[in-house]
Amino acid sequence: MKEKKQNRHVYWNPYFGGFLFGILILLTFFITGRGIGASGAMKSSVVAITDVITHDHAESNAYYSKFLKEDKSPLNSWLVLEAIGVLIGAFISGGLTGRIGWRTQHSPKITRKRRLIFALGGGILFGLGAQIARGCTSGAALSGLAVLSTGGFITMISIFGTGFLVAYFFRKNWI
Amino acid sequence: MGPLIPNGIIPFEWNNIIAIIIGIAFGFILESSGFSSSRKLAGVFYGYDFAVLKVFFTAALVSSIGLLYMDYLGYVEMGNLYIHPTYLWAAIIGGAIMGVGFVSAGFCPGTSLCAVAIGKIDAIVYVVGIMIGIVIFAELYEVFKPLYEGFAYGALTLDETFGISPYMFVFIFTIIAIVAFVIGDIVRKRTKKVFY
Repeated sequence: MKEKKQNRHVYWNPYFGGFLFGILILLTFFITGRGIGASGAMKSSVVAITDVITHDHAESNAYYSKFLKEDKSPLNSWLVLEAIGVLIGAFISGGLTGRIGWRTQHSPKITRKRRLIFALGGGILFGLGAQIARGCTSGAALSGLAVLSTGGFITMISIFGTGFLVAYFFRKNWI
Repeated sequence: MGPLIPNGIIPFEWNNIIAIIIGIAFGFILESSGFSSSRKLAGVFYGYDFAVLKVFFTAALVSSIGLLYMDYLGYVEMGNLYIHPTYLWAAIIGGAIMGVGFVSAGFCPGTSLCAVAIGKIDAIVYVVGIMIGIVIFAELYEVFKPLYEGFAYGALTLDETFGISPYMFVFIFTIIAIVAFVIGDIVRKRTKKVFY
């Protein structure tokens, strides 16, 4: 019998996933009046950590101080709770399909170390970019598009457009 | 009628519980669609997997068509929703920086959280990177401030920008998406398969 080569994991049909995702964003807007987000929770975490380490610095910094409130922790926010939910939801999905495990996923052509360095560098860029654009792929691009925001649309074009432009230089990492 | 919580139809105390429930659904859908895998995500840039394109555009269209219908039927008023504000150059430059980060790391923040949840070490490193990036922005805030706060157009929407009705815009966008899906499938068939 000829064995058909295929990927180890089988995922949902992308149109099915996208449809459910769209319904979820729709529901989120209908219930809360706002969209979803991901980088916002990380920003809140950074603000909270900075506040614990050097309270004075967090107060004097023009950016951190925007998110500091006298009576409540920056972690007490909608987006942080939502991010905790994301971790739980992904854990359930991964658990049901046997995808949980400590591993570093990388192309066989590159070393683990190289993968981690590029992941860190990419993270730094994404963190910086998401602050400048006031949101990431979820918060700015996707939730923006749902309400036809011009800013969200520009951010989406810019993310994917730049991605295609620079993809050539990173090809060794992926293909 | 909607949005339900700001209008007091669902008591405000439910806000946090709903946040977690929406998060769980968000994480479950992303992980099940394969977005916890950086190699699957990066496929869109090299033509061997178009899941990102398909999931992203389908979700954007379903939510925007849905919101326009709900607005039309009077369940929710578009004007009462939070519209991501437009800061022209911040959106362009921020997006470009994110684009390089996306190809370099193969994750965006939401998908990296899914990958962290199933134990991907590269995703944990990536999230640490994001936090460093945020610290860099906060420390250099004065440098970025003109870009961050300049070129502000407020809650600008695409129908105003292009001067067409929102229905027409979504219709054109749907056609573009369908063409993109077809092209994606053609490209993928011609690209060397990548297994991960």
